[in-house]
Amino acid sequence: MIAALTQLLVLQLVGEVIARGFNLPIPGPVIGMLLLFLALALRGGPTSDLQATSQGLLQHLSLLFVPAGTGIVLHLHRVADEWLPLLLSLLSSTVLTLALTALLMRLCARRVVTGE
Amino acid sequence: MTPQINELWVYLSTSPLLGLTLTLLAYQGAWWIHRRAGFSPLANPVLLAVAALVALLAVTDTPYQTYFDGAQFVHFLLGPATVALAVPLYMQFQRVRAMLVPVIVGLLVGSVVAAASAVLVARLFGASLATQLSLAPKSVTTPIAMGIAERIGGIPSLTAVLVISTGILGAVLGRYLFDALRIRDPAIRGFATGITAHGIGTARAFQESEQAGAFAALAMGMNGLATALLLPALLPLLQ
Repeated sequence: MIAALTQLLVLQLVGEVIARGFNLPIPGPVIGMLLLFLALALRGGPTSDLQATSQGLLQHLSLLFVPAGTGIVLHLHRVADEWLPLLLSLLSSTVLTLALTALLMRLCARRVVTGE
Repeated sequence: MTPQINELWVYLSTSPLLGLTLTLLAYQGAWWIHRRAGFSPLANPVLLAVAALVALLAVTDTPYQTYFDGAQFVHFLLGPATVALAVPLYMQFQRVRAMLVPVIVGLLVGSVVAAASAVLVARLFGASLATQLSLAPKSVTTPIAMGIAERIGGIPSLTAVLVISTGILGAVLGRYLFDALRIRDPAIRGFATGITAHGIGTARAFQESEQAGAFAALAMGMNGLATALLLPALLPLLQ
């Protein structure tokens, strides 16, 4: 577990250095994810240690959003003032994005299948 | 007795131990309810845990910064967890390659619709400009979204809250919406959830299946890149 955790942190650190060094709009952890993906492709898969550790981290991914979510206490005034546009915007945009993305992907997936 | 309790409180309220432990306890409680509810998307664990913590901070009159001094250790793990998403992505890569065209179409449609519809609806109902700009990156994973908000003139900490609200909404609504639209392919369900609802949607997608989770992780990473690149160009068109 420690070896895998070290590997994840090293890749995040390298990603952070690349992002800041080249002034990229992409955050370090996402570059770290791309680097790990490349490493896995070159090595032909993760070690069982890495697989177990990443599974452990991802199984409770929800937990990691709780501290930032609790930050809503900093914005209670704004939320109280603008609750209607915020609610309608979040709700309609979430439904639209889910539905349009899924429907268009299904359309393309069918095209691909029938086109072959 | 009372002075001792006061001393204890003074110690606890300045130590990171309390914020960290409370975060984990709130999540354990939320997860217990989520499990008792048969893993229903309606009993979303992030929503339940945040609600409990907000109530607790209000009742004890604790500033968010004091709480976050402890909770930051949990928050920090978002970084390594994002890197770790490469593992399920690698395991599902055969399927991703076969779905390349739908994936690219889904990415372009999803990232533009997510940002444009949020900004336009908010403006239509009279939100302030700062709120509109904070909403624009709301479908992108927290650290990227906060960076984008800062660059385009939104409020980063407000964006974080809107991102998480969007994540909860997407995780709650996704299953019912896809069932109603008869979308059954776990790859498409996962990808659309990841585009819309980033990490919280991805956590939910992993509960449906490993394949849905991997596609959600892919969508989350790609949408982070796409929105960071497209949004600065898209915003002038929306003004």
